[in-house]
Amino acid sequence: MYSETASLVETTESPPNRGHATREDKHDRQAGLAEVTVETGKPNPNDGGLRWANCIVRIRDHQDRQAFADLFRHFAPRVKSFLMRSGADITLAEECTQEVMATVWQKAHLFDPARASAATWIFTIARNRKIDAFRKMRRPEPEDLPWGPEEEPDQEDTLALQQETEALGEALSSLPDKQRELIEKAYFGDLSHSEIAAETGLPLGTIKSRIRLALDRLRHQMK
Amino acid sequence: MTMTQDDIQHYLTDDLLMAYSAGTLPEAYSLAVAAHISMSDESRSRMHAYDAVGGSLVESSEAAELAPDSLDATFALIDNATPEPAPKRTKGVLPAPVQDYVGGDLEAVKWRPVGMGVKQAILPIEGNANARLLYIPAGGSMPDHGHRGMEMTVVFQGAYSDGHNRFGPGDIEVADEDHHHTPVADIGEDCICLTVTDAPLKFDSWLPRVMQRFFRI
Repeated sequence: MYSETASLVETTESPPNRGHATREDKHDRQAGLAEVTVETGKPNPNDGGLRWANCIVRIRDHQDRQAFADLFRHFAPRVKSFLMRSGADITLAEECTQEVMATVWQKAHLFDPARASAATWIFTIARNRKIDAFRKMRRPEPEDLPWGPEEEPDQEDTLALQQETEALGEALSSLPDKQRELIEKAYFGDLSHSEIAAETGLPLGTIKSRIRLALDRLRHQMK
Repeated sequence: MTMTQDDIQHYLTDDLLMAYSAGTLPEAYSLAVAAHISMSDESRSRMHAYDAVGGSLVESSEAAELAPDSLDATFALIDNATPEPAPKRTKGVLPAPVQDYVGGDLEAVKWRPVGMGVKQAILPIEGNANARLLYIPAGGSMPDHGHRGMEMTVVFQGAYSDGHNRFGPGDIEVADEDHHHTPVADIGEDCICLTVTDAPLKFDSWLPRVMQRFFRI
């Protein structure tokens, strides 16, 4: 595991340029230097999630509006589509998306990149907004673990978590379409598992076993 | 972990964790899950994994078109917002999500006796499922009961056994419809737990059935 982590650190820090650019970008901001150019600020799908985690850290530490704008351009359209697939009309989805993204800013001090990727964290905020707005229910949250902002997350943990999250994303996208659709229904729709099973006539056991391996890996990393 | 000897679990099944993460559980069951996760690192890390599934699905979603002023409107929300309060972290017997419904720790619970030394407090939750705190004196027992629908129990203090299994602080018991049991509290300490059912408990002897009407057990 150590060798894997080490090689990940290496590939992140060496070319291709994107890793380098992100680090430069971060240094620039910390030193309060020039704004990032349009090119480096433009979301690049190949950049991986570490870039977005860094955006939230910059919002957290520097109230960085450019970092927020970058994050917004990537995630707001996805959050809106998540809310629309969950049954919101376009007006409600837009309104909730803005509220979700504003909450990202307001709760940035609670973000721990060693515990969740940016996408995971934003999902939890969007989900809670959805329950509140669509179902008019509260969602009891577990008590927070005791950790202070002074405990800076370990960079290795952050990278390892990122790697595992990406592996999970790949595992999910490689599922057969029908199984993937079932999982999306469970997360995006407002259906219970038994309702999904009734709607599709498919047992959930197969799907669960397919994602279990990926989940086990993730689980192991997140302990 | 292949544990299928009974219809009883000390931990949460994948279905329940996934439904909690997806946000599709009724509020009362979500409370039991949140209370259990507050006290179980194992279940917490599994919850993070299911949240990560949700994150991956959002990440791979097609991008919807935003309103032209979307970003500016969001900055306006940010600039007009009041600061977020720091999350509550509590010391006490009841975990924070339960304290939210009680309005404090044990001293704030409004217990009502239901007989044989057992006390309960029904928590204010909307929906069909209901949640109650139960207080079973050390060595005491709940009347034998079955229930319609699923019953979740989370232990906060003391422990109880139902003849097959023992449940201590942080453990969750998930019992299905057909399960009849008589929880008996350990001798050492009074047992305090949260019980969630989606239908009233049904007791097997006539006396508790009479009580049921009065006390909404």
